[in-house]
Amino acid sequence: MGDYAYAAPATVDSTVELLSSSASSGTRTQVLAGGTDVLVQMRSIDRGPRLIVDVKQLAETNVLSIGEDEIYIGAAIASAILNENAELKSKLPGLIESADLIGSTQIQGRATIGGNLCNSSPAGDTIPALIANSAVCHIVGADGERDVPVEDFVTGVGTNCMADHEFLLGLRVPAPKGNTGDAYLRFIPRTEMDIAVAGAGVRVTLDDSGTCTAARVGIGAVAPTPLLVPEAGDALIGTQVDEEALNAAAAACSAAASPITDKRGTVEYRIKVVGVLCKRAGAIARDRAKAR
Amino acid sequence: MAEAVDLKAIGTRPVRPDGVEKVTGRANFGADLNLPGMLHGKILRSPHAHARIKSIDLSGALAVDGVLAAVSGKDIPGGGDLGDNVLANEKVLYHGHAVAAVAARSAFIAEQALDQIKVEYEVLNPVLSIDDAIADGATLVNESQHTNGDTSQPASNVAAVTKFERGDVEKGFADADVVVEGEYRVPTAHQGYIEPHACTATINEEGKATVWCCTQGQFDVRSMTANCLNKQVSDIRVIPSEIGGGFGGKTTIYLEPVAVKLSEISGRPVKMVMSREEVFRATGPTSATLCRAKVGAKSDGTITAATAWLAYEAGAYPGAPVGPGCMSVLAPYDLENFRIEGRDVLVNKPKVAAYRAPGAPQSMHAMECAIDDLARELDMDPLDLRLKNAADEGTVAPYGPQYPAIGLRACLEAAKVHPNYTTPPAEGQGRGVAVGFWFNIGMQSSAEIRIAENGAVTIMEGSPDIGGSRASMCLMAAETLGIPYENINAHVGDTEATGYCNTTGGSRTTFATGMAVIEACEDIIAQCKERAALTWELDVDQVDWEDGQAVPKPGVNADVKPLSLADIARSAGRTGGPLLGRASLNAQGPGASFSVNWTDVEVDHETGKVDVKAFTGVQDAGRAIHPSYVEGQMQGGAVQGLGWALNEEYIYDADGVMENAGFLDYRVPVTSDMPMIDTQIVEVPNPSHPYGVRGVGETPIVAPLAATSNAVRDALGFRINDLPLSPPRVLAAIDDNE
Amino acid sequence: MAKVHVSTTVNGQPMDVLVEPNDSLLDTLRDGLGLTGTKEGCATGDCGACSVMLDGRLVCSCLVLGAEAEGKTIDTIEGVADGDGLHVVQQKFLEHAALQCGICTPGFIVAAKALLERDPNPDETTIRYWLAGNLCRCTGYDKIVRAVQDAANELASPA
Ligand SMILES: Cc1cc2nc3c(=O)[nH]c(=O)nc-3n(C[C@H](O)[C@H](O)[C@H](O)COP(=O)(O)OP(=O)(O)OC[C@H]3O[C@@H](n4cnc5c(N)ncnc54)[C@H](O)[C@@H]3O)c2cc1C
Ligand code: FES
Ligand code: FES
Repeated sequence: MGDYAYAAPATVDSTVELLSSSASSGTRTQVLAGGTDVLVQMRSIDRGPRLIVDVKQLAETNVLSIGEDEIYIGAAIASAILNENAELKSKLPGLIESADLIGSTQIQGRATIGGNLCNSSPAGDTIPALIANSAVCHIVGADGERDVPVEDFVTGVGTNCMADHEFLLGLRVPAPKGNTGDAYLRFIPRTEMDIAVAGAGVRVTLDDSGTCTAARVGIGAVAPTPLLVPEAGDALIGTQVDEEALNAAAAACSAAASPITDKRGTVEYRIKVVGVLCKRAGAIARDRAKAR
Repeated sequence: MAEAVDLKAIGTRPVRPDGVEKVTGRANFGADLNLPGMLHGKILRSPHAHARIKSIDLSGALAVDGVLAAVSGKDIPGGGDLGDNVLANEKVLYHGHAVAAVAARSAFIAEQALDQIKVEYEVLNPVLSIDDAIADGATLVNESQHTNGDTSQPASNVAAVTKFERGDVEKGFADADVVVEGEYRVPTAHQGYIEPHACTATINEEGKATVWCCTQGQFDVRSMTANCLNKQVSDIRVIPSEIGGGFGGKTTIYLEPVAVKLSEISGRPVKMVMSREEVFRATGPTSATLCRAKVGAKSDGTITAATAWLAYEAGAYPGAPVGPGCMSVLAPYDLENFRIEGRDVLVNKPKVAAYRAPGAPQSMHAMECAIDDLARELDMDPLDLRLKNAADEGTVAPYGPQYPAIGLRACLEAAKVHPNYTTPPAEGQGRGVAVGFWFNIGMQSSAEIRIAENGAVTIMEGSPDIGGSRASMCLMAAETLGIPYENINAHVGDTEATGYCNTTGGSRTTFATGMAVIEACEDIIAQCKERAALTWELDVDQVDWEDGQAVPKPGVNADVKPLSLADIARSAGRTGGPLLGRASLNAQGPGASFSVNWTDVEVDHETGKVDVKAFTGVQDAGRAIHPSYVEGQMQGGAVQGLGWALNEEYIYDADGVMENAGFLDYRVPVTSDMPMIDTQIVEVPNPSHPYGVRGVGETPIVAPLAATSNAVRDALGFRINDLPLSPPRVLAAIDDNE
Repeated sequence: MAKVHVSTTVNGQPMDVLVEPNDSLLDTLRDGLGLTGTKEGCATGDCGACSVMLDGRLVCSCLVLGAEAEGKTIDTIEGVADGDGLHVVQQKFLEHAALQCGICTPGFIVAAKALLERDPNPDETTIRYWLAGNLCRCTGYDKIVRAVQDAANELASPA
């Protein structure tokens, strides 16, 4: 029986060093951000001892900058803080809504987008919204820094592309330009406190005539990993994002889905509802783009 | 006294006596006790739904540093099925069944040590549904279980069959102009109290144990724990903590004998607290059911015959609440011809425990859905159809007794003119109506009233307070004694501190313990009159008790000032010693409580989601002692019923492992799911209670299931028979219907 | 296991406590500091019975490590009533009978107080969503929501 230990290194370098040394010594290690997944896992799924490395104290994981071209969201910023930032909310309402959907008020006081992504659940709410927004993961490790598009980050149920010595510093999101709008919707049986049965994030850019010039659609909880659905985006590009186009995008989402039946929903249900969500989120994103 | 007029205290809404303790965090609940040197106990649970235990080796756990005791089934020698549920003996009967336990210096060490216990199992096929259990050649949960104990028949998973019949059912259906029928399934639901089971036990060298725990009945914990350990009840003292919800689920025991045994072995106090996951896997729940209902009526709405076939999952041991399910299914109706048949069915799931009106929500869901269909076929208002057939004073209830005054008709009539009913549902919404019922129970209670030197009143009784009953006791005492509510406090005593009370359950506390409190107050009044007579040198029958004071009777010539309770208490030393009133009784005539509920819903046709837009409950309380807490029972029960109707269910995999053993996926309603719950209290006094009280706690959960089902039927235009009306089920039904 | 020494401020008082590295803040408060007013209903973030304020933010103490409390400010139910008697929210819970068994009450009161400090005039929907992480199985929520509404009114126009 090993022991539990807790560390909160003060710098990125010392964090990487600690992760690297425990990786090479075979010490079981887990990075901690808001802890809303980590502590639940410690209590119920796997109680086994480990070294917990808290990355919330680092300045780098708490950077929030809203630039002309890029919005940078530190990996350890609690969703409540993001939600209180009016400028961020007006630029990326869909992404912030997705973070705001995580759990309760209490959970939002702790939960981070970085943790949501690194937990790499198929149902993580922010992931489809990040994919729709072409967000990129900013990763640091023993070999230095690297960037990975969110759609390539999650590799399976609960797994991702980071090595043991790496951790996530933040997310780079291209700032919306012109008539661009995003939206995220998920389906849950209650109004709050459930994990998504299906989710869809959409970002569209319209030209002056209202024709869609760029569109991306991400879906969640309908496959082992959240997915980018290029066919759904393509179905919107060149259209007025009208009902017909949205139905085509919805059909593309349903076609891309390969869900399972579990305690949260059936295969048939998820396939159908992910389309409904894409359609509804698409309409919201379109209206937001128009209102810009 | 049922028509008691001019009530001063009863019917007011004062702050409860235990309120400040609870809003400041001072009140102590089950897990809040810590004793010096205390160990922490943890339970090893079965990973299989059905298996034979070949061997258990505790030595690995005992070798762990910090572990001081370990036990298994053989350490719980008595208790029958209950003891076997506390720690399994020959077989494990459900996933999560307790197998062994350890006590260690910390909960973490205890948990880690559980991994070192070696249990060899021979895995058996699990029986996971009523259909599987009653099929020919079904695997037997218990090889020596015979239906109704009839060993001339082969062993069966059907532990009992019960039947009630009246009149000529076949002729009744033949006389009907319209007949409807259906088959309905209701899933397993958990009581969902927010406080997990917890207890702390210690035992001394003389073998005398003290147990602190959160329970609905300290006296039952005492006798059950004594049985499991082959001890005498006098060897065990049970001290009830504040209880964080029970709803029937804390009327039995799980941890207490184990904690006592671990304490005996280690010589230290042992605390055991369940995790939420354990609560779901191994406590509660209530029965999943398969019910068939059939009703026939004349075209004017007169019901000519009804039948109900009810099968209830008991879990691993006999004892599903199918009896009360049978007794309640047609209780609201005055019928000449009916047949009711019930089955208590063993499956490899946790042993069911009582849950608020145990058995009634499921059977009445079936019947109230059928009655709703009948109203549609007859094109009658669903309240009118029920009024046409409603049981009333003098009706012989389907379950036997003749009803005294009951409030069903009054509730139906109140509903008919209620603005929430006369206003039609909003565009696109559906509305459903249903009737609820619960017998309520009486049974044994005792109470003591003590008067302090300043006249302050202390009530000591033995009914754990799960919803504000101490406030009701104080109000009834204030009314009876004629003194201000603020001068009275009420306590729930432990098994050594107060007289016997049956468990808080069956909506009996305000009725039966209330009666004991009233009688104990009357005892005090009698004593006060004697003391005053002594002081005034009058005969006791020359003294009256009025507005909290002894006064000479009208016409008695005595120049004396009235004596208040404080006056008499102050000089009690001179008139015979302290004032102490007592009563103990076996309360009769609890008085059934009926309700009428309606739900308004909206259904999202693309996702199958059902939103509750409005809910109204009308219920007969007999007499609302503290109306806020009566409303609270109605609202809380309604939301539990709505949760059961919409999303709550145990979800099992093919091996019998519950997949949603946590509040994230066992979906009780959250604040944002619910609208305000409108209530209207009807008061048709119960003739058996001095103030007319009927129990109110259980009836509220009964009707919301069918009311919601009927509302969804109304919104969709077709019926979904099974619960819960979860989005996947509703969407699949919409697709099938297209 | 090597214990972690934590210096923190609880209800305005500086405190030192030794915690196991895997203890939650809830464990630390209840077992380490004897503050049992904060309750455990699930230990997995689902019920809100363990709600506390951590540096002014509402959190589930079951999802925070005790070790993370180092240098932080924690406010629990025990600190809600100041020396001058009950807080308005506590008073309104009593007046409206917004508790039955009372196990959820400390969490609801801490959460409701946090809401009113941010938003003194919340509508019913805001109250319901803010409190969605606090489960109550007894009351059906009706009287709780009304108590919070009434507390907001009273704070807006002190009697
Ligand atoms: C009651 C409740 C409700 C919830 N509801 C939702 C919901 O609606 N939708 C939803 O998507 N999720 C939900 N969750 C899950 C959880 O809250 C989210 O996934 C949250 O975003 C996790 O963030 P965190 O900061 O708490 O992560 P943590 O728990 O700290 O970490 C999560 C995982 O990511 C790793 N990690 C965290 N940060 C980093 C980093 N910077 N670098 C490398 N690895 C890292 C951790 O090691 C861990 O494996 C809920 C959880 C609870 C308890
Ligand atoms: S105990 Fe923390 S949320 Fe339930
Ligand atoms: S009052 Fe019992 S859980 Fe809320």
